[in-house]
Amino acid sequence: MRTMEKDQDILSLYQEIILDHGKSPRNAGIIEGHDCRSEGKNPLCGDRVTVTVALDDEVRIADLKFDGKGCAISIASASMMTEAVKGLTAREARMMTEAVNTLCREATSPDQIVKELGDELGPRIEQLSALSGVSQFPARVKCANLPWHTLMSCLDGTGVVSTEG
Amino acid sequence: MSALAQNASKNDFRDFDVNSVRSDFPILSRTVHDKPLTYLDSAASAQKPRAVIDVIRYQYEQEYANVHRGAYWLSETLTSKYEAARETVRQFINARSDREVIFTKGATEAINLVAATFGRAFNAGDEVVITGLEHHSNIVPWQILRDQCGIVLKVVPITPEGEVPLSAVEAALSSKTKLVAVAHISNALGTILPIKGIVSAAHAVGAHVLIDGCQGIVHEQVDVQDLDCDFYAFSGHKLYGPNGIGVLYGKEGILDGMQPYQGGGEMISNVTFERSEWAELPAKFEAGTPPIVPAVGLGAAIDYINEFDRAAIAAHEHDLLTYGTEQLQALNSIKLIGTAKNKAAAISFVLEGAHPHDLATILDRSGVCVRAGHHCAQPLMDSFGVTATVRASFGIYNTREEVDVLINALGRAREILC
Repeated sequence: MRTMEKDQDILSLYQEIILDHGKSPRNAGIIEGHDCRSEGKNPLCGDRVTVTVALDDEVRIADLKFDGKGCAISIASASMMTEAVKGLTAREARMMTEAVNTLCREATSPDQIVKELGDELGPRIEQLSALSGVSQFPARVKCANLPWHTLMSCLDGTGVVSTEG
Repeated sequence: MSALAQNASKNDFRDFDVNSVRSDFPILSRTVHDKPLTYLDSAASAQKPRAVIDVIRYQYEQEYANVHRGAYWLSETLTSKYEAARETVRQFINARSDREVIFTKGATEAINLVAATFGRAFNAGDEVVITGLEHHSNIVPWQILRDQCGIVLKVVPITPEGEVPLSAVEAALSSKTKLVAVAHISNALGTILPIKGIVSAAHAVGAHVLIDGCQGIVHEQVDVQDLDCDFYAFSGHKLYGPNGIGVLYGKEGILDGMQPYQGGGEMISNVTFERSEWAELPAKFEAGTPPIVPAVGLGAAIDYINEFDRAAIAAHEHDLLTYGTEQLQALNSIKLIGTAKNKAAAISFVLEGAHPHDLATILDRSGVCVRAGHHCAQPLMDSFGVTATVRASFGIYNTREEVDVLINALGRAREILC
């Protein structure tokens, strides 16, 4: 019984949607003529990701792509992120990032976070609820967070981010 | 071991029985995620036998004070144990004198000590030669030195198998070479380097040699006089000892000519506000209160290893290496990284379609501890075109059954990930 539960942890980490995004990432690449670009890396494991963003006239995220090397979790998180934040303002993207942080770190139910984010962002975070599996694996939280931290530094214009420190 | 002790104990070695060895390591009887612990990460840090744990506990409970200071029984007792540990290390590596055995907090500090003191005498244009498979701790100190005094850092390329042929080292040597700093055994690949040949070749052009022996001291019998190396650095925690202790062996004549590394208590013979005079070796390089109990613990770890015939340990580890390599090669889509002919007990590999970190996470849930990452050897990873590998490494206490657990867990991981 206990063994099943342990295996359940693993299966909730490596859900179909995570593996799918990990193997066939969406919006992979670099946007030519981007408005901002940032590189994130995890020096401990060597994972790295580059995020490029194109903004529209209303300073919303019109397009974003990522280019990176990393584990299934970091690639899936980056891929899912590119789908989840399109059309958002920087402020909204920050709220999404904070929600993903909570999702990955705490045993808060995804439903609670979805509800708190309201009608606009709630459904977007719901699509990311598979990332909550990482909360049972403290060593892997930084993998899921890396692309989001990189997006934040990209929008803040600081350019470089590291998940260590 | 002294010749006398060697003769006396020749037939007194404990029989090598891995189950009996395992019972000496308390942690090996625990479970992880409800599975028996399968510890395959000894190249990162080895587990500790009860003998080491007991000594550490005893020192803190019964015989603890600072060393080389107090004129009282407790301090004298621990001082004599600290110095006895130095003598144990001296015998273990067959140094001429215990003045050649410097205790440091680890191998990294030992290498930095050499870079900061021996290296400080180098001039712009002098060359330091390292190899393509070095650990960051044998790369970065030389880069710092390069940036400080303009030395040239030359890197000997490795072969696609992860070997460092002696001829490649020879090709990098010249009259400008001041120091060759090489690993004895690659931590990431397990490659055993031809260090004896490297020492001769370097000496032939007038260069000195530092050997990073973190893995070498564990898997090989090291005789620094036979090797004739100028420096040999290693840490205690990979040798079944505590962490926080390392050793720098250096030839006495060379250490004598070097400036101190750090200033402070212990390393002086006389201090005035105008000037200070340095203590004799080895105290000159041991500023401040040293890692006293860890040093005594390292002595206990070496005593433990000395219970066995080193050849028996080596044969056991080699069997695990051979068996593990065969079993991994039998799995589809596994690619071994580093296939040198002469290897010690570490196997690095990648599994097609699965990142090493995802593998390590899933293996962990089967109780299997492996290292996944760049093994503090990023340039080496680059030369194999990977960012990370999984490394299974073996110690005195591992078994073929544990290799089987690894193989089964990899199968499960592949089911989930691929």
